[in-house]
Amino acid sequence: MAQSQAWGDKRFEVMMGRLLRFGVIFAAVWVLAGGIHYLTQSSGARPDYKVFQGEPGGLRHPLEIIRGAIELDARGLIQLGLLLLIATPVARVAFSVIGFALEKDWMYVGVTLIVLALLVYSLSSS
Amino acid sequence: MIGALTGLGGGVVIVPLLTLAFGVDIRYAIGASLVSVIATSSGAAAAYLKEGFSNMRVGMFLEIATTIGAITGAYLAASTPTRAIAIIFGVVLLYSAYSANKPPKDLLTDEPPDRFATLLKFDGSYPTDSGEKSYRVRHVPAGFGLMYVAGVLSGLLGIGSGAVKVLAMDQAMRIPFKVSTTTSNFMIGVTAAASAGIYLHRGYIDPGIAMPVMLGVLAGALIGARILPGAKVRTLRLVFSVVIAALAFQMIYKGVKGSF
Repeated sequence: MAQSQAWGDKRFEVMMGRLLRFGVIFAAVWVLAGGIHYLTQSSGARPDYKVFQGEPGGLRHPLEIIRGAIELDARGLIQLGLLLLIATPVARVAFSVIGFALEKDWMYVGVTLIVLALLVYSLSSS
Repeated sequence: MIGALTGLGGGVVIVPLLTLAFGVDIRYAIGASLVSVIATSSGAAAAYLKEGFSNMRVGMFLEIATTIGAITGAYLAASTPTRAIAIIFGVVLLYSAYSANKPPKDLLTDEPPDRFATLLKFDGSYPTDSGEKSYRVRHVPAGFGLMYVAGVLSGLLGIGSGAVKVLAMDQAMRIPFKVSTTTSNFMIGVTAAASAGIYLHRGYIDPGIAMPVMLGVLAGALIGARILPGAKVRTLRLVFSVVIAALAFQMIYKGVKGSF
């Protein structure tokens, strides 16, 4: 019993590892594409990073980042790629909920849901 | 790349490099560093998971502490003066440089199982040359507390806090080195994601800075993983630690002088 559970655990983890790697590669290609677009487009003055100003509202909130990316704004496109990257560990935690549920380990379904709730809070709070 | 070579998180190099060499504001640097920490953690997960040493239950339970810590740290970052952040960063760098050169030693224990560890089904086993070896997890409350500290540092400084995580899992909880390293890699990504959300909202993550940093770190990690088997890890670690220590002193010096 314990043996088969451990084995199922591992197979699930390998699957999740592949998913994570795919997420990272996808996000990296996205950011690279956005970056090329950004470099070919902005020939003017570079922002001064020595002075902290903070990003404009359109680059701060998930929904507005998506809107900016749809309009093919280069910085919005990169930001969406970064958002995808930030989402990969969140996806892993979400899948762990399913993994623990398949094992009928309800205590850990609870633990994982708490972690997931904290992550969602951080991404959606303002 | 240097980070992947030595097993230290790349994050500890990125913030000093961006601030000291390129003069980038430390808040932008921390935002970019968090992004790169997630990239390395998620990118390496596939390789780590194949080895199958990680303990998902320990990892997930301790994630409660690190994510709460990360959110605390990210909020603290807004009200902490940047020069104070620079000084704390320097001190943590010094500790990382020191701990990277301590050889990993397993402090396995035969003591009776910890009450919490039994309740939380922590005890596990991992494959060694001499067959499957089981281990017991100790001092869960202490480990949980240290993990909260690791989370705060991660959220405040934009690093993975790998050194503190190893301290919590190896030293306090007596988890074997192989298990704690792989488990900590998984946790680093989740912790960084928890503070990255808040940094994003606050406008600390700039696409123009995070883009080259993320791509550079990923390319470096790929190359690093290729040449790692042939490299003299101990020598590299020593060199890297000296560099880190030098950066640390410079961060502290500039922080005290107030040029951040």
